[in-house]
Amino acid sequence: MSAEADELAPPMANGEVVFDEPWQGRTFGMARAMAEAGFFTWDEFRAHLIAAIARWENANLAAGAAVYQYYVHFQVALEELLAQKGLIGCASLHDRTETLRARPVGHDHAHDHEH
Amino acid sequence: MSEPSQASLRAEALESLLIEKGLLTEEDIDNTVATYNERIGPMNGARMVAKAWVDDAFRQKMLADGTAAVAEFGFEGGEVQKLVVVENTSQVHNMVVCTLCSCYPWAVLGLPPRWYKDPAYRSRSVREPRAVLAEFGVDLAPEIDIRVWDSSAEVRYMVLPLRPEGLDNATEEELTQIVTRDSMIGVARL
Repeated sequence: MSAEADELAPPMANGEVVFDEPWQGRTFGMARAMAEAGFFTWDEFRAHLIAAIARWENANLAAGAAVYQYYVHFQVALEELLAQKGLIGCASLHDRTETLRARPVGHDHAHDHEH
Repeated sequence: MSEPSQASLRAEALESLLIEKGLLTEEDIDNTVATYNERIGPMNGARMVAKAWVDDAFRQKMLADGTAAVAEFGFEGGEVQKLVVVENTSQVHNMVVCTLCSCYPWAVLGLPPRWYKDPAYRSRSVREPRAVLAEFGVDLAPEIDIRVWDSSAEVRYMVLPLRPEGLDNATEEELTQIVTRDSMIGVARL
């Protein structure tokens, strides 16, 4: 349990820390905003999330070494659902990710994140 | 590269593609994040609990139909289409979990804390709730019955904690301030 860690993190306006890192908020925000816009239902998203978590747990929990990162599964679920809906293909997402990775250190972009 | 950094790149890549294709705007995402960061949280559930403590008709309504009780307040945030409120008593202690993922009544509790999504909490709450509660500092007498409610695609749960003794003269507003998130998940007593 990491209840203590929760208490140590900086509080938000409502007294809770919701996202540990900015990208987690972006991932959550994309999924919610797309569901609200009607691209998919939240139940559809949930089914992908449950599957992504179960896959990871089956592969990693027994080994015990890997660290569970909830929003990583959230991101995976969103990617899979958008691919299934034909909205964003795996290949284009992969290419864009590699393009972003290849940016020089100290590049200028909109969202702060770690590097 | 570590997993979170990889996920961070994937998230950034996905956002840029969605915006490029005109499926979402940056503002859509900003607004959604701000809403869940600032306007939706356990302070909403606390208001319901305090009202239930001072208004028995509302308490009964909340226990009979949690969704209708939320509607009275008009909280945004969703995930309460079927909200079941379970009441702690001197004989029964309730706690809430989602064993499959992280289902949680956002409109009343906000987004779930880190430990709620953790595999350890999700699996152990069902298997050994008394031990898990003890780790949260809740030592229950053996005769108190523990009920664990596993959220599902259809149903979300929230605990109505016991009103602490000695607060007979407290106003509803004052009572709202003492209700914690953890008490409404059932991993704390007030």
